[in-house]
Amino acid sequence: MKSIKLVCAGFGGQGVLSMGQMVALMAMKKGFNTSWMPSYGPEMRGGTANCQVVIDDAEIASPIIAEGITLLLAMNQMALTKFQPKLEKGAWLIVNEALVNTDEVPSDVHVLKVDFNKIASEIGNPKVQNMAALGSIAAQLDIFDKQDGIEIIEEKFGMKNPELTKLNQKAFEVAYDHH
Amino acid sequence: MGKVLMKGNEAIAQAAISAGCEGFFGYPITPQNEVPEYMSKYLAKSGGVFVQAESEIAAINMVYGAAAAGARVMTSSSSPGIALKQEGISYCAGAQLPIVIVSVSRGGPGLGSILPSQGDYNQATRGGGNGDYRVIVLAPNGVQEATDMVRHAFRLADTYRIPVMVMADGIIGQMMEPVEIDTTPIPKAANLWAATGKGNRDHLNVVNSMHLDSVELEDHNILLNNKYLEIVKNEVEYEKFLSDDADVLIVAYGTPSRIVKSAIKTLREEGIKAGLFRPKTLVPYPYDALHEASKNVKFVLCAELSMGQMLVDVKLAVNGIVPVHFYGRTGGIIFEPSEIVNAVKSHLGGK
Repeated sequence: MKSIKLVCAGFGGQGVLSMGQMVALMAMKKGFNTSWMPSYGPEMRGGTANCQVVIDDAEIASPIIAEGITLLLAMNQMALTKFQPKLEKGAWLIVNEALVNTDEVPSDVHVLKVDFNKIASEIGNPKVQNMAALGSIAAQLDIFDKQDGIEIIEEKFGMKNPELTKLNQKAFEVAYDHH
Repeated sequence: MGKVLMKGNEAIAQAAISAGCEGFFGYPITPQNEVPEYMSKYLAKSGGVFVQAESEIAAINMVYGAAAAGARVMTSSSSPGIALKQEGISYCAGAQLPIVIVSVSRGGPGLGSILPSQGDYNQATRGGGNGDYRVIVLAPNGVQEATDMVRHAFRLADTYRIPVMVMADGIIGQMMEPVEIDTTPIPKAANLWAATGKGNRDHLNVVNSMHLDSVELEDHNILLNNKYLEIVKNEVEYEKFLSDDADVLIVAYGTPSRIVKSAIKTLREEGIKAGLFRPKTLVPYPYDALHEASKNVKFVLCAELSMGQMLVDVKLAVNGIVPVHFYGRTGGIIFEPSEIVNAVKSHLGGK
C-alpha cells in the first residue's frame, strides 16, 4: 500500500491530538504499522497544535512527515497555512468549513469541507467536534469502515462516560455519512 | 500481551518496571517528563521506590547509593540534566555499580531547546565524568526497540556491573507507536559484593571508587578495561539494510536512521544502490563490522542530527579505505529524506 501520511492540526483544545491518537489506534487494531507524533513544546501554547500519523503495511520509515502529506485535517486557518505547502499532488484536504477559507488551495488538492462546529452544535456538545472530524477522516481512508470508528469511540469513552460516548458516536456517524 | 499504542517515554518506564526495576530517582526535564511521571504512578504499585530528587546530581547519587545497597535502579533525564549527572556516572563506573540511565536527548549546547537532537553523542559515548571509564550506550530507533533496550540494559548492567545508558531522542520520547512490552521479569544477578549488611559474612563489603595506592588503582583501571574489552567482544550490535550490494553506505543511528531508510528506498528506485549501516550499540561501537561493510562502496555518508559527532567513530571504522562524507541538521530540525537523497547525489557527482 501507499503510506498514509496524515496531519491533524487545529487550535489547542479542539482535540486534534487525541483524535489523531484514535486514528493510530484504529490502524493498529487493523494490523497496520503506525506512528503518532505530536508537536510538543512552545508552539502548543496559543498557536496550532498538531500531530502526525503515519500508517503503512511495511515498516514505518519516518514518523516525521516532512513532505508529501496525503491527508490533512485543518481545523483552523493557521493549520491550513502551515501545512498546505507540504501537501502532495492529489492529496485530500478536510477543512472545518466554519473556520477555514480554501480559496488559495491549489487545484491539484481534493477539498472536503465539513462544518464540524455546526455538527457539534446540532448534537448539543461542542466537545464532539473532534469525533466528527474522526468520522470524515475514517470515511476518507479505505482501510477503515464505519464500525471501526464506532468501536474505537466505545473503547475510548465507553466506561468513563456512556452519555458522551453516544454523542461522540453520533458526531462520528454524521460526518462519516456527510459525503 | 498484545500490542498497545504507547508514548515512548511511558513505554520505557513500563519496560523498566516489567524488567524488575526496584528504584527510580529522577528530576523533571522536557522531553523525558513522562518517564518519571509514569514511574511515580506505577513503580510503587509493583513494590518499587520512586523518588523525585531535589536535583539531577542528587538523583544520580541516590542511584549510586541504592545500587550499592544491591537494588536494581534507574534514572532518566535529558541533555543538560545528563550533563549534571556526569560526576555521579563516573563514580558509579568506578565503583562498578549496575545502573541504567535513560537519556532522551534534546538540543544544545547549554539549555538549547526541547526539540529532538543527537548533539549528545559525545556526551554519551565519551562522557563528561573524570577518569578511565566506559559506559555501555544503546541507541534505539523507535518505541519498540527502546523498551527492548531498556530490558537489555538491565541485563548488561547486571552482567558486567557497569552503568548502561539507553540513548533515545526527543522523537522516541514523544511519539506513540504500537509496542509489545516483554513482561518477563529479568532475574537479578547474585550481588554478593553489595553493601547489604555484614550478617554472617566474614568480611565487609565496601562500595567505593577511591584507590589511593597507585598499584591498586592501576590494577583497578586494568580490571575496568578488561571488562570493557570483554564487552567489545560480546555485545556489539548493529543493523544492516540493503548494504550487501551497496555503492553508497549511509551510517545513521536512532530515529534518523528510519528517515535514512526512506531515502535509501527513493535512491534505489532511481537506480542508485544505497544501503544503511545502523549501530545499535554506540559503545561498544561496531568498528569492525562497519569497516567490513564499507569495503566495496564508493563512499560512506554519515548522517546525524548534529554537526558531526559520530562522524569521528565512522572515520575510525572506515580507516581511510573510502571517503567519508557528512550530512547533519541541528537545532531540532530533522532532515528530510530528500535532503539525504540530494546529499548522496551531490557526492556521486555528474551521474
